[in-house]
Amino acid sequence: MTNTLHRFGDARSFRDDFIVFAIASRGKNEIDSVPKLKKFLEIALKHKPVNLGDSRHGGALRASKSLNPLSHWSRNDTPDFDNVIAGVDTPTTCAAVFDNLEAAEACTKEVREAELGLSINISTSVNGAQECCKAAGICRHSAGYSLGFEGKTEYLPSSDVLKVATMCGHGMISTSLAKKMIDWVKEGRRTPKQASSVLARFCSCGVFNPSRSTRILEEARGRSK
Amino acid sequence: MKINPDKCVACGNCTYVCPMGAIYIDPTIKRATIDRQECVECYACFNGMSQEHLNPTLVRGMRKIFQLMRLRFDPEPDVCPTAAFEPDELAWPRVVRRAFSDPRVPHESTGVEGRGTEEVKTNDISGRVGVGEVGFTIEFGRPGVGVWFRDIQQMCWALADANVSFEKKNPITSLMSDVKSGTLREDIMNEKVMSAIVEIKVPVERAEEIVRLVWDVEKRVDTVVALGVGTRCGPSGEETVVAPILEKLGYRLERAKTNIGLGRITNPGATQPQMETVKQ
Repeated sequence: MTNTLHRFGDARSFRDDFIVFAIASRGKNEIDSVPKLKKFLEIALKHKPVNLGDSRHGGALRASKSLNPLSHWSRNDTPDFDNVIAGVDTPTTCAAVFDNLEAAEACTKEVREAELGLSINISTSVNGAQECCKAAGICRHSAGYSLGFEGKTEYLPSSDVLKVATMCGHGMISTSLAKKMIDWVKEGRRTPKQASSVLARFCSCGVFNPSRSTRILEEARGRSK
Repeated sequence: MKINPDKCVACGNCTYVCPMGAIYIDPTIKRATIDRQECVECYACFNGMSQEHLNPTLVRGMRKIFQLMRLRFDPEPDVCPTAAFEPDELAWPRVVRRAFSDPRVPHESTGVEGRGTEEVKTNDISGRVGVGEVGFTIEFGRPGVGVWFRDIQQMCWALADANVSFEKKNPITSLMSDVKSGTLREDIMNEKVMSAIVEIKVPVERAEEIVRLVWDVEKRVDTVVALGVGTRCGPSGEETVVAPILEKLGYRLERAKTNIGLGRITNPGATQPQMETVKQ
């Protein structure tokens, strides 16, 4: 699962994108890992994440199976972090998304002190991850570099669409929907925040960064003025 | 996945949310329809869209009135007003589409969700990529293009010809009828999935050769490829072995996933893998 690795953008565009995630490994440490995963999310919550999630149930904004029709006029876009933590019921991957380096650093430091025994990874720019490790007094163990997209890149959409859609590395956010939301923001039919919430509901593991998405949509609107 | 024609009101919301663009409004029946050849059974429509349970006849009537009056209702774009999507019973080989496309379903072969592999994310306890080794994750189909197994086959054969070792705990490897030759099962060749990862590792000296091999095969496959490279860091957390090779090949290393080494083996009876100590 490389759902956070291949986000489109240069290092500067990841200045508000820091994902810290904990993973239990099958056959190594998944037994009794559920309380540790919950503890990881509880620590992360203290540092004001913009999203939390687990790979089985989704993120802090989820689709509703019985939506009230009045929601078309007053949609609830408040992330439900407690629901994410309460829902972890099986060994999996849990992620916390931050939109600033300081929060990611503080979370990493506290996670280290908690000695959960789970594998912890940070997905962001190469330098951003090094800064987090430095703040926590940790040396990196392994690194997985993204070399970007190759092959038939003529099939790919515009860079704004890619930046937004690749924030769900599982591909659950369609490029058509991302483009539609960018267009709706430009037309004034939705605010960048509302459009980001729509997109966030499709991310099935909670690694979508609504804060970065809002910024990208605002920038796209700004360029069309 | 299927759409219940008795419930669908052809609002068109779902045509945008399908990552493969496999849903369209069929003008002859005036209902949303799924192109089964292109659908990868990712369940983005079923899981990602909120559902109302409105009466289809009522909604169709209202839509007709709005249309006649040239009025536009501006509903939320991620809603199926009549909960028309219904999961299908999937049989082999179509079921592999869902296994590789719906990230909430763990792969049977590895027990891992998503693309079904832990890569270097658990390298601190798995020792999957050791000192002096480079792990490659060659991912096809993302973002938003999809891939047929017949295209993945091209890469597997080329890698096998180059005598690389495929990662055992990987869903693609588990679908090989002959791992030595990199041959995938014949009966899945015409199945399309959202994305899939071929995972190998080689000595660091072969890193450049493998990148060039991937470049060559990429020209022959009809999809996009996302290349990931995993490596061990040095004793101070530095990584000065693989990065220079990649930079020499023209890559700018903008983003990485960093394992910070806090994992511990805690399962009773689980053993620590043989891991070479990183020397000062």
